Amino acid sequence: MTRRKKMVERVTELMDQPKMIRNIGIVAHIDHGKTTLSDNLLAGAGMISEEIAGKACWMDSDEEEQARGITIDASNVSMVHEYDGKEYLINMIDTPGHVDFGGDVTRAMRAVDGAVVLVDAVEGTMPQTETVLRQALKEGVKPVLFVNKVDRLINELKVDEMTMQIRLGKVIDKVNKLIKGMNEEAYNNGWKLDAAQGTVAFGSALYNWAVSVPYMKKSGVSFKDVYEKCTAGDMKWLAKNSPLCSVVLDMVVNHLPNPLESQERRVNIIWQHGDKSTPEGQAMYKCDPNGPASLMVTDISFDQHAGEVATGRLFSGTLRRGTELYVMGTAKKINRLTQVGVFMGAERIEVEAIPAGNIVAVTGLKDAIVGSTASTLMEMTPFESLKHYSEPVMTVAVEAKNMKDLPKLITVLRQVAKEDPTVQVTINEETGEHLISGMGELHLEVITGRIARDKNVEIVTSPPIVVYRETITGKAGPVEGKSPNRHNRFYIELEPMPANLVKAIKDGEVSMDMPALERRDKLIELGIDKEQAKNLVAIEGTNTFFDMTKGIQYLNETMELIFDGWREALAGGPLADEQIQNVMIKLVDVKLHEDAIHRGPAQVIPAVRSAVKAGVLMAGDTLLEPMQFLQITVPQEHMGSATGMIQGRRGQVSDMTSEGDTITVIGKAPVAQLFGFAGDVRSATEGRAMWSTEFAGFDVVPAGILKDVVKEIRKRKGLKEQIPTPEDYLV
Amino acid sequence: MLTFIGLGLYDERDISVKGLEIIKSADKVYLEGYTSRLMGADVRKLEEFYGKSVTLLNRDDVERFPGKILDAAAEGDAVFLTGGDPMVSTTHADIRIRAEERGIATRIIHGASIQSAVCGLSGLQNYRFGKSCSVPYPERNWFPTTPLDTILSNFRQDLHTLVFLDIKPDRHMSVPEGVELICRMAEKCGETAPPLYVGMARAGSESPSVFAGSAEDVMNHDYGAPLHIIAVPASLHEMEREYLEIFAGLKRE
Repeated sequence: MTRRKKMVERVTELMDQPKMIRNIGIVAHIDHGKTTLSDNLLAGAGMISEEIAGKACWMDSDEEEQARGITIDASNVSMVHEYDGKEYLINMIDTPGHVDFGGDVTRAMRAVDGAVVLVDAVEGTMPQTETVLRQALKEGVKPVLFVNKVDRLINELKVDEMTMQIRLGKVIDKVNKLIKGMNEEAYNNGWKLDAAQGTVAFGSALYNWAVSVPYMKKSGVSFKDVYEKCTAGDMKWLAKNSPLCSVVLDMVVNHLPNPLESQERRVNIIWQHGDKSTPEGQAMYKCDPNGPASLMVTDISFDQHAGEVATGRLFSGTLRRGTELYVMGTAKKINRLTQVGVFMGAERIEVEAIPAGNIVAVTGLKDAIVGSTASTLMEMTPFESLKHYSEPVMTVAVEAKNMKDLPKLITVLRQVAKEDPTVQVTINEETGEHLISGMGELHLEVITGRIARDKNVEIVTSPPIVVYRETITGKAGPVEGKSPNRHNRFYIELEPMPANLVKAIKDGEVSMDMPALERRDKLIELGIDKEQAKNLVAIEGTNTFFDMTKGIQYLNETMELIFDGWREALAGGPLADEQIQNVMIKLVDVKLHEDAIHRGPAQVIPAVRSAVKAGVLMAGDTLLEPMQFLQITVPQEHMGSATGMIQGRRGQVSDMTSEGDTITVIGKAPVAQLFGFAGDVRSATEGRAMWSTEFAGFDVVPAGILKDVVKEIRKRKGLKEQIPTPEDYLV
Repeated sequence: MLTFIGLGLYDERDISVKGLEIIKSADKVYLEGYTSRLMGADVRKLEEFYGKSVTLLNRDDVERFPGKILDAAAEGDAVFLTGGDPMVSTTHADIRIRAEERGIATRIIHGASIQSAVCGLSGLQNYRFGKSCSVPYPERNWFPTTPLDTILSNFRQDLHTLVFLDIKPDRHMSVPEGVELICRMAEKCGETAPPLYVGMARAGSESPSVFAGSAEDVMNHDYGAPLHIIAVPASLHEMEREYLEIFAGLKRE
């Protein structure tokens, strides 16, 4: 029997013992060594040979990933680890660290119960360390810490043993500070990282060794040995006497929760709106394999042979081939599973049945998209929707190169949108020019590359275009919108959304899914007038619609059409036809025609749309541009070029810190100015810079260039050069 | 001068003599073709009959860009033709207001309206009708139930209801379709649908069709070519019942 086949057998045996399962993710800033760690853990567990680990990028199943040397999608793998004479099943998800792929991290965190946070000992915590840690905590995922590249600290920075320990301590303190800031309650209840307790390990993923305080007691390998062996260049000794795999997986088994412990707590976080006393609620609490099945889909990929493969976390029930599931929020058609399995690297292994508490891969779940809730029950409260912390900031237009591919391209684009929820696809069947919006240059390159390579559709891609937004700077109203037949009138008031309300909506603390009373109370807490708070009737993006009218006849059956008109206006503002955000609208009065036929869609939608557009102009419409945080670490002598890189791009430097002979410059610059940034940084600093970017929200375009930017966008979109006036909408 | 002229019920010859004379002497003739329709005559037939070219207007021409009609009325004599009577169950009040605001004189030449024709076809007494309503084809996000509210509120006051049926560029709602929608509204609101309906078709033509009965009866009846209209009667007066039995095939009790 091959080693691999044996492994599959052991995995299947452990699957139905939740106490012996750990579902974990590895999260980190880009280049801190996640994939190397994953590969060496796999090798250590006997999944792949030790020689190829670290080079093979086993978890990077995409050719693109292997070529670029980064992980693009989160990949799944299962392995077995022995601890204290018992075998444990580790289901592991490797997540991408590049900010352009942040959406994948959010999804992966839903599937796991614990996370190994990886931090480079030399670089320390980076902006994306913070982002991924926040995502983990928000999902109720417990962290442990692995401080990587300790050898570099010793050999490249030439620190002495004392300084080494101090710097390692500093890394732990910094991560602890982050955890405390993000969730103080969890921090005080045992999530504080503590080397003495064993929730922190140190080592080198590349050289395959690690140490932790509890393991030191077992192995006798001390920090002194680490220092000496590293300086002596004998890391093989460390790998033999204190192997990475044992140390890290011992930490995982000991300190990260099993599905039984975890679900009892996490169900309250990820299924906030569900009724815990229902059979499905109870089954999820108890991770019951005999209860109704509840599956949260966290990833969809396409397999040439099997078709669409949905991966997700099974919180209750058992899945088998032929199990019939319903996908919530769809037409309630039966989806019959054709295969059930687990992932082993790029390979999917079919098994007979998978019980609750595991990460599963199934085919046949046709109606699911990433984020779907699937259940054997026809009706089930869906899981909390997945929240993304980044927004699309760049768009490319794609066209099929060959006429014959036109229909295929549309299918492929729909697949792309299904696979990656951070991608926005706008299909225009009339012009054949479709838009893909993503989180950055790299993200879009990868996606368009994949369409051509994996889906075999040759495409022509436009240069990337920055995504702008429009918003208002003041108040306006009441603005009167008249229907084309003039018999219906809508009166609205507009004002900018308070910043705290925008944040609450983004964080999901205010949504239309929550009970009305709870929503009202939350709004009052955020400072919204009591009378107004109860009238929030719709949210679109970060825009809100309040119905302040009372007792208007027929308004009820007209409301959906009013929302349609409002949404149409929000999709493209008057200034540059860019999405409108952060606008609060109050409907203060309505006059409707007596007869239904004279107040149908053709009357109501244009009336509301023009009122909103005119109102936005009256309230001081302006343009917002996406910004990115930049963090550049360079040797002292290159400080000038680093700050110049930011300031020369309409950016601002906000902080500079030095550490030894390196200096870290932190700043913010508009995405519009960041094209080709990678190349410029490299040449300006002779390739000696480490840098990273992160989405920093939208900022107002400076008044000095506003006119030119607007003019350029209007020209590109084929709009009239003249910006419309409110009267143009209100005649 | 802008003159609104009602063309009456069915074909080119339902217009009044006065109306016809004004058309013949007009500088510009517009025909509004989206709120009502003369089923017995198309634009070409009208042009032949008037000896004049006729400009057909769609909804946008009237509602969004009425400028050219008003310009023509400011420069000379323009006529605005509609099926039926110009200001009944249509929304042309707006264009008359706009004309007056521009200092353009306006007048109306009335035509026969379906509103009164139904009394003749069904024998339901004019005095006993309550509010009228229209049943539109449902659209995405829009299935209004106010037509039912109007019918039921009339019904409770023992008043008949005249129910106009939707006209779309590509289709005309039939009596069976209309009754089915009314029943669906009742189902949606948890109400009981009215017991009796009078369906009528092609008023003003040589072969009008009138048939009365329960929802099921009228839904299974073939009324033939458009346009169709429905009256929902309240309790029937002796004379009304007798009339329906004789002229509308109502089953005798």
